[in-house]
Amino acid sequence: MKIIVCLKQVPDTNEVKIDQKTGTLIRDGVPSIINPDDRNALEEALKIKDENDAEVVVLSMGPPQAKEALKEALAMGADEAILVSAREFGGSDTWATATILASAIEKIGGFDLVICGRQAIDGDTAQVGPEIAEFLDIPQVTYAKDLKLLKDKLQVRRFTEYGDYLIESELPALITAIKELNTPRYPTIENIMRTYTKEVENSIKVWGLEDLDVDLTQIGLKGSPTNVYKSFVPVKSNNSSIIEGADAKEKAGTMTRILSELNLI
Amino acid sequence: MDFNLNEYQIEIEKKARELAETYLLPTVIERDKEGIYPREAYEKLGELGFLGLPYAKEYGGSGAGYLEYALAVKEISKVEAGLGISFSVSTSLYCGPIYNFGNEFQKKKYLEPVLSGRSLGAFGLTEPNAGSDASGVITTARREGDFYILNGAKCFTTNGPLADYYFVIASTNPDLKTKGLSAFIVEKDFPGVIVGKLEDKMGIRSAQVSDMFFEDVKVPVENLVLEEGKGFMLAMKALDGGRIGVASQALGIAEGAFDIARQYLKDREQFGKPLFKNQYLAFKMAELEIKLDQARLMLFKATLDKDQGRDYSISAAKAKYVCTNIAMEMTTNAVQMLGGNGYMKDYHVERMMRDAKITQIYEGTNEIQQLIVSGNIFK
Repeated sequence: MKIIVCLKQVPDTNEVKIDQKTGTLIRDGVPSIINPDDRNALEEALKIKDENDAEVVVLSMGPPQAKEALKEALAMGADEAILVSAREFGGSDTWATATILASAIEKIGGFDLVICGRQAIDGDTAQVGPEIAEFLDIPQVTYAKDLKLLKDKLQVRRFTEYGDYLIESELPALITAIKELNTPRYPTIENIMRTYTKEVENSIKVWGLEDLDVDLTQIGLKGSPTNVYKSFVPVKSNNSSIIEGADAKEKAGTMTRILSELNLI
Repeated sequence: MDFNLNEYQIEIEKKARELAETYLLPTVIERDKEGIYPREAYEKLGELGFLGLPYAKEYGGSGAGYLEYALAVKEISKVEAGLGISFSVSTSLYCGPIYNFGNEFQKKKYLEPVLSGRSLGAFGLTEPNAGSDASGVITTARREGDFYILNGAKCFTTNGPLADYYFVIASTNPDLKTKGLSAFIVEKDFPGVIVGKLEDKMGIRSAQVSDMFFEDVKVPVENLVLEEGKGFMLAMKALDGGRIGVASQALGIAEGAFDIARQYLKDREQFGKPLFKNQYLAFKMAELEIKLDQARLMLFKATLDKDQGRDYSISAAKAKYVCTNIAMEMTTNAVQMLGGNGYMKDYHVERMMRDAKITQIYEGTNEIQQLIVSGNIFK
């Protein structure tokens, strides 16, 4: 079977700072990583490959340096890597991104399963996976915390805050992975030594605008229905007050009065 | 000349760091306190191929080299020096002489179980009266038919209680002093192999170090490495490799303390400004970084001498001397820079300072390194 994993290179938000003036992330000098949920997506594909005759193709949209993330995916055990990269794709929102990725997935063709991470830590939208499924017109199961491959079907435990759903789906299908799904593997030394060479880097396919069948009005900044009106960093204000009083009873009384004035109790 | 690591070396270093941060960092303080060995992390290192970095694939290695191995030991030691030394003893001191001088049978049988992480190796040279002076070894091996009968005691054996295999130096001819020493591969399961008391140490507390006793242990003759009388040479060669391991461990400790100190000097404010705005502290850090760079380059030089087949005894001795001294200096300064916090366990640097001390002592004290280097100057 053929599994396509969509992954995104993101700044390591543990080390990211925000420009107070522009409200955007300062990306300079911040290390890039494979988006954590996407790592779970890749791991699940590799687990299926460990036990079945499967081919894992990793797909990413991004600038040329996103090859680094793809290389790491190859070191973890993916068979093939494709980077979708073009100036025209810049500024894409989730709709435009999903349009482009769905088109790339159609071009790859012959797939049985698409696995995406739930959401990327730099945008937190959780929309790209589901939108790809819609564009491809295949079933989707989001928030997968467990996945079983039955004969020609998929059984997924879907996490929700009200309890888990156990869902079966025909193939091909798309699922989005959450961190509870698995623990991503580390590449072995053997794979690191095989992968981190110029030859392997050159083997990563790069698809531009001319390689994909996409409607130019649906991609890039102009094709994106989402407009960022304004982004800002919430100002942390310290307006706490300490309730004074002779004893605990008096303090508790004052506290009760304040809370009821605020309609909190 | 090229001072740059290549792509996969950078990646190996990065992955070793990630492993250490994931598997070791959250629990390292507790293991230091209780003296618990991080077995799961050790096994993981074996599974992924880190333990076998310097050796060929046909013997269970990963087919990289000593430079890659040094990077891995360094990154592990940055978080937990106790595992760093266990790794070094297993891979350098135990596997090294078998890999370089053992016969095909010994290499096939005794390397893979250790390099895969299923087991550990240990090295038995030191005895109560044979430390820097190996001529004091009184453990004996007496030939009897197809066996040698081993009797004696070893001390300070790193990995002693955990190992399944030991590289043991014993005398086959006490009259010949060091020329009468021979080397044997001893299995834990040979009757008469006894693990003695566990040492309660100042630092590297998660490493398991013990006495070892051999009471009429029957060692098959095929477990003699090379021939009788080669034990001293084999031990010295093993220690040359071990010194690269210890230098890497020490450099890791130093880099770890440096990183913590840098962060602290940026975050901590006193007198209305971050500590690093005090030129005394900033210059101190500059001085320490320069020394760290010196140490790093000397370590890399020693590993390249080894990887490129040159004699590396002298460069390994120099690297061990420089790396371990900066480890002590860096960690002592880090504790001072962190002030009261630095003295507390939560901030890691006090552990690093205790860990650093042993690196100036084992694998040949730094005075022995000076003896080696001066011997070479005046030979």
